[in-house]
Amino acid sequence: MGKTFAEKILALKSGKESVIAGEIVTVSPDSVMSHDNTAAIAKKFKQIGIDKVKHPEKIIIPLDHCVPAATEKYASNHKEIREFVREQKIENFYDINTGVCHQVLPEKGHIIPGTLILGADSHTTTYGAFGAFSTGIGRSEVASIWATDEIWLRVPETIKINIEGNVPSGVYPKDIILHIIGDLCADGALYKAVEFSGKVIRDMDIGGRMTLCNMTVEMGAKIGYIEPDEKTIQWLAPRTNKKYEIIKSDTDAAYEKIIEYDISDLEPQIACPHTVDNVKPVSKVVGTKINQALIGTCTNGRLEDLKIASKILCGKKISRGVRLLIFPASMEVFAQAMELGVLQELVKSGAVIMNPGCGPCLGAHEGALAPGEVCLSTANRNFKGRMGCKEAEIYLASPSTVAISSLYGEISDVRGNLK
Amino acid sequence: MSIQGKVWKYGDDVNTDVIFPGKYTYTITDPKEMARHALEDLDSKFVKEVKKEDIIVAGRNFGCGSSREQAATCLKYAGVGAIVAKSFSRIFFRNAINQGLPLIQCKEAVENISSGELIEINFEKGKLSCQKGVFDFPPLPESVLGILEDGGLIPHTKKILKIEKGELKWPNIR
Repeated sequence: MGKTFAEKILALKSGKESVIAGEIVTVSPDSVMSHDNTAAIAKKFKQIGIDKVKHPEKIIIPLDHCVPAATEKYASNHKEIREFVREQKIENFYDINTGVCHQVLPEKGHIIPGTLILGADSHTTTYGAFGAFSTGIGRSEVASIWATDEIWLRVPETIKINIEGNVPSGVYPKDIILHIIGDLCADGALYKAVEFSGKVIRDMDIGGRMTLCNMTVEMGAKIGYIEPDEKTIQWLAPRTNKKYEIIKSDTDAAYEKIIEYDISDLEPQIACPHTVDNVKPVSKVVGTKINQALIGTCTNGRLEDLKIASKILCGKKISRGVRLLIFPASMEVFAQAMELGVLQELVKSGAVIMNPGCGPCLGAHEGALAPGEVCLSTANRNFKGRMGCKEAEIYLASPSTVAISSLYGEISDVRGNLK
Repeated sequence: MSIQGKVWKYGDDVNTDVIFPGKYTYTITDPKEMARHALEDLDSKFVKEVKKEDIIVAGRNFGCGSSREQAATCLKYAGVGAIVAKSFSRIFFRNAINQGLPLIQCKEAVENISSGELIEINFEKGKLSCQKGVFDFPPLPESVLGILEDGGLIPHTKKILKIEKGELKWPNIR
């Protein structure tokens, strides 16, 4: 029986000849990411009783969760992080003018196939889109890795999700992953590696693959994984000159299960309050009034997402009752969207362009909701209280559905509205 | 080691946003203050009435969502002695162990326990006693148990580094 990607890479990183799913291994990661939580991690690190991190070159720190600082408390948090970065001689530090961690790390060439990346953020699963093994860990674990360069991991079983069919007009990678999460539920892939394959994945651009892997954690997965191909190699080429080895599952690998989807008849999908797996086809929720529309975050704030929105909103005005917030995922995305005139179209339609960052996604910064308000967002979570108010409701959708809905002031079906 | 406590019972998919809201993630740094917001958006009675060694009993996928360690820290400092669930989200599982908060996965027990009853958990024997009977649960893997016994990952790592430097002897560690 052959080996899965997860088994192969964890054998490699633990220095063993082979490992099998279920085994617990001690590994040394290639990179460790933390963001605005770095000051809290630094405090834990100091409690361990040593002064210097073992491998400063493995540490990557982008500031993104509350940028620029909203209050004195946030400002002090950022200040502590900048001081720690200087003290520990950490080169890979990205200040408030860079963007969301999960967009910044690939853009800056920190993610290559066949590497093991751990991050103090649950959506670290995103980098599986490049054939890396990447997953979220807690603050104490990051502090401990800084000190020892080691962590224990359980080798996950792998679920293969094969996606075939022709992608219907108005349906995007976000709709596909919401549909899968709705089908498998919030714990449908608990502790598992999820490997996406099939024609739809091969045809999908890198941004879409990142959206899929980003949201695998919403069904409990440890990692998402897409086998690197020519598209991956081309995307990485201008961003890194590091040599890498592509690690793939064997054709006869022992998958726990293989799930098949044909998406030829899929409708745009909406995750309804208050769980990500409460997914309905758009036709079931059309007409739901919205107060705020959000396009951005690590899930859907890339250039292709903003382009889709500007195409829909071009020459039109958003509904008077709606606030449309745009958060480009990074400064690179922001600059490209500016050059292409995408931001100009969005501004003309009535959108507010924000600076790259996590924005209101976790309720810690601007764009919060008031009691009774409804937000339609391209983010990845809609839990009660997520955007700062437990009496507010959050619906999740693709950038295309959010854009068309902001025109009508209610959840709308983009099909039939496309030019 | 065994504990006895009153049960706070909840359902499936209790997420980290209702355990410890995201809006506090960068403003509250003191664990005791974190404890004052434990389960704030799920059960407002909890922080007012929770007693030391009380036990949370929940359904599937407890702790799903964010990687925020404060979700485990706030429950630990609120006095929670253990969490029994049908299953745990993987990052929450790690965070709880790393905070020295014991977790027990036992579907059968969860189905037989009612909110408010007194239950007893013996960790060495792997036994949970409630009104409807005694349930066995599998012990945690050795490497994980070592972290729990040291009171969490930070003291555990501190101990490992002392052993490597020759300041502590091996029998003290798993």
